[in-house]
Amino acid sequence: MKFAVLVFPGSNCDIDCYKAVEDTIGEPVDYVWHTATDLSAYDCILVPGGFSYGDYLRCGAISRFAPVMAEVAKAAEQGKYILGICNGFQILTEAGLLPGTLLRNMSLKFLCHDTVLRVENNSNPFTTQYEVGEEIKIPIAHGEGNYYCDEATLADLKANNQIIFRYVNNPNGSVEDIAGISNKNGNVVGMMPHPERAVDSLLGSEDGKKMFTSILKAWRDRHESASVR
Amino acid sequence: MSQQVSAKEPNAEQIAEQQIYKQMGVSDSEYELICGFLGRKPNYTEIGVFSVMWSEHCAYKNSKPLLRRFPTEGPRVLMGPGEGAGIVDIGDNQAVVFKIESHNHPSAVEPYQGAATGVGGIIRDIFSMGARPVALLNSLRFGKLESDRVKYLFEHVVSGIAGYGNCIGIPTVGGEVVFDDSYDGNPLVNAMCVGLIDHDKIQRGVAKGVGNPVFYVGPPTGRDGIHGATFASEELTEESEAKRTAVQVGDPFMEKLVMEACLELIDTGIVLGIQDMGAAGLTCSSAEMASKAGNGLELYLDQVPQREEGMTAYEMMLSESQERMLFVVEPKDEAQAMEIFERWGVICSKVGKVTDDGRLKLFHHGEVVGDMPVTALVDECPIYEKPSAVPAYYEQNAAVDTLRYAEVSDLGAALDQVLASPSVSSKAWVYNQYDYMVRTSTAVRPGSDAAVVTIRGTRKGLAMTTDCNGRFVYLDPEVGGKIAVSEAARNIVCSGAEPLAITDNLNFGSPEKPEIFWQMERAVDGMAEACRVLDAPVIGGNVSLYNENAKGAIYPTPVVGMVGLVHDTDHITTQGFKAEGDVVFLLGDTKGELGGSEFQAVVHGVTEGRPPQLDLEVEKKLLDAVLGAIQSGLVRSAHDLAEGGLAVALAESCISGGLGATVELNSSLRPDVALFSESQSRILLSASKEQAEKLQDFIASRGVPVQRIGEVAGSDLVITVGGASALNRPVEGLKRVWEDTIPCLMK
Repeated sequence: MKFAVLVFPGSNCDIDCYKAVEDTIGEPVDYVWHTATDLSAYDCILVPGGFSYGDYLRCGAISRFAPVMAEVAKAAEQGKYILGICNGFQILTEAGLLPGTLLRNMSLKFLCHDTVLRVENNSNPFTTQYEVGEEIKIPIAHGEGNYYCDEATLADLKANNQIIFRYVNNPNGSVEDIAGISNKNGNVVGMMPHPERAVDSLLGSEDGKKMFTSILKAWRDRHESASVR
Repeated sequence: MSQQVSAKEPNAEQIAEQQIYKQMGVSDSEYELICGFLGRKPNYTEIGVFSVMWSEHCAYKNSKPLLRRFPTEGPRVLMGPGEGAGIVDIGDNQAVVFKIESHNHPSAVEPYQGAATGVGGIIRDIFSMGARPVALLNSLRFGKLESDRVKYLFEHVVSGIAGYGNCIGIPTVGGEVVFDDSYDGNPLVNAMCVGLIDHDKIQRGVAKGVGNPVFYVGPPTGRDGIHGATFASEELTEESEAKRTAVQVGDPFMEKLVMEACLELIDTGIVLGIQDMGAAGLTCSSAEMASKAGNGLELYLDQVPQREEGMTAYEMMLSESQERMLFVVEPKDEAQAMEIFERWGVICSKVGKVTDDGRLKLFHHGEVVGDMPVTALVDECPIYEKPSAVPAYYEQNAAVDTLRYAEVSDLGAALDQVLASPSVSSKAWVYNQYDYMVRTSTAVRPGSDAAVVTIRGTRKGLAMTTDCNGRFVYLDPEVGGKIAVSEAARNIVCSGAEPLAITDNLNFGSPEKPEIFWQMERAVDGMAEACRVLDAPVIGGNVSLYNENAKGAIYPTPVVGMVGLVHDTDHITTQGFKAEGDVVFLLGDTKGELGGSEFQAVVHGVTEGRPPQLDLEVEKKLLDAVLGAIQSGLVRSAHDLAEGGLAVALAESCISGGLGATVELNSSLRPDVALFSESQSRILLSASKEQAEKLQDFIASRGVPVQRIGEVAGSDLVITVGGASALNRPVEGLKRVWEDTIPCLMK
């Protein structure tokens, strides 16, 4: 299974995502620049956190126009796995690949600390190895992580089982404590907390590891069933 | 927007006649010297260039004789003071690069940008050495957290640091925040950056190779940060108003791009010399690079990228626009360098050439607009030995008995009071605004004795801290200086690391006052001695003088930034108690020393007397014993005793561990003194029941006093002194007091 970690000008969790793939599942992983126009070689695309283009405009509002984003949209349509973390989640909502948007934290301050998430859905390829209702420790680090969507969208999210994680103690004012969602097909996931920062107990938590092992398993299951056929 | 027109500059004769140089801080005798070096009178650009090169900030003209007293060498020191930052070997072809720098005055005026650009500047110092910045720390001082102004400064300094560090993606892992009246109106904002480098990648700021091109990297130069004093003249007109000094504005996104591009450039191996443009911008970087190579340099100012129209040579040379660098490569490597910056979307422009005539020559609009000997700019600034005098307060304090205060009987309430002091209380409100986890290497987060970041691919880590107790330095600068270094070393050792070296930020009042210069001298002597005994040389630093407010000088605050090496991540130790039943030990002697203590200030409302004394040989033994015990796997938690003494240390270990403790102290001291004395060279350790005896023997055999004082138990902190109950408080309650103070004050 081959991973791409996108690099926009101002991405700064790209290295952390890269290391997390290496350390948790040891699958091949490449940095892919915002200018790239071909993602066909990759099975999973990680859109990392950071401050792309300085986030001087609305977070993610400029990155969505980067050449690579057309390829990300194509990959999403093809059913490839895409995970946007923090700024990556913001970019995916700006690109219209995920519903809703991220507002400023209710406290109006940047917040960096551990949070406890409740796994709401383990039928998603990124979360199959968690139990529904499992509580996991994953840190946040964001100024604009307050998830918002209108009521119709929220009803849709619920109806389609698209809410993946909820905060146990809502840190930022997100609608219905939402910390992570998927698209309708479930292959595109966005979340504000950083699973790539939770893969080593020495650094505080390894509860994020299962996101990486889950996606590898999902890919293998699909790949193997395909090859059996 | 209308086109900006430069005011007419005075000519060389007018500068001499009207003594315009004085507005730039150049004295009559210095002006005479400059005329001598030039063989004529300097023009406006030249006197501007000299004035910044000969300022305290660039030339250390008032502090150099003191800085020479620091030990700067050691077997591990790869680079001492003089370059952007010092470098220390950590084995395996790797080295750690670090430096601290102040941005006090800008932060007093414009706290957000002042603090942000302070962070940006220190990061450039680190990556200009070729190192990858891996961590940031900040040492902050404000007035009492009561007035709206102090709250405003505090809030915006913190967001400025967060805004810059978070965006560029370097974790802010530690530091300190202290509130005291002495800093009212003159906050201290000292930023430290730590980087990692391979030995063969170390860069220098040298303009090597006659004929080689000199490149400017970064955003265009604007009129920000230009010597403000110049415009406070009677010739101030509407025209000059248009080029009035602007506040420097940080752009962390730009710095991220400049940093990545420069590190990639350095990685190619083609760079001959590189330096950041910090204070005095293009002037200082070009003159210093030429000087270090023994060469000259020509600058073609028309080639300097400019943000505004009609900029003069003077403005370009003195601008402190942020995020800019200067580097030199051979002509054959030009294209390769340009390609890298183009890919990162960063401006790179050829602005000069290395020459062999030892002169800094400036060309603008086809004319030579400045021609000065490099050595005169860099090396010939006169050094002043200021007069020093013992301050009256120091003499008076000798007679103060710090045990004369009425005994405090409600020690639980006293502990609450000290824990609720904003200087002691939890700083989570501050550090939760900093991304302290990006780069996924932060093993010990802010809030413990020292932060620890791991080094990928090895089992090693770097511990780092900043420390200074300004009250102690005020009461006795020499002892206070020793304490600052020793406390930093204690914090490093408590985290499981071996102290390597320090960087210092000497924040003082005006050196023109003999009493202040005396504080500087004595503090430096104390620090230097501590560095020698504790094997922690000074590898660089910064001096910030003239820190004064309406009431006088700030407390002398020589902040120590120390980095230590964790040899194995298994040694990483934190302050929180770990398990029920663990045995608690107090190392070191507790004496009746309340001078300058938090207890004295908070409970008795005074800062007086002599501070705690410190014997460096005793300190050294303590540090060696504790590090040895940690490395032998005998220690579960370790915590330095500092502000608030034993009571606060116990409370913090309980709060951090979420566990209670039962402590029985045998002491001949009054209970309030025993609990709140700030005697030095003391550390609190805990060990498992099984290891307890072994630990006690280990410490005792190294000649360090060690007392078994209790055990980790329950959910309350229960202390008896001499058999009598002294204090009994639920840890949950202590935690609330400690955690709520700053958030409540900032609501």
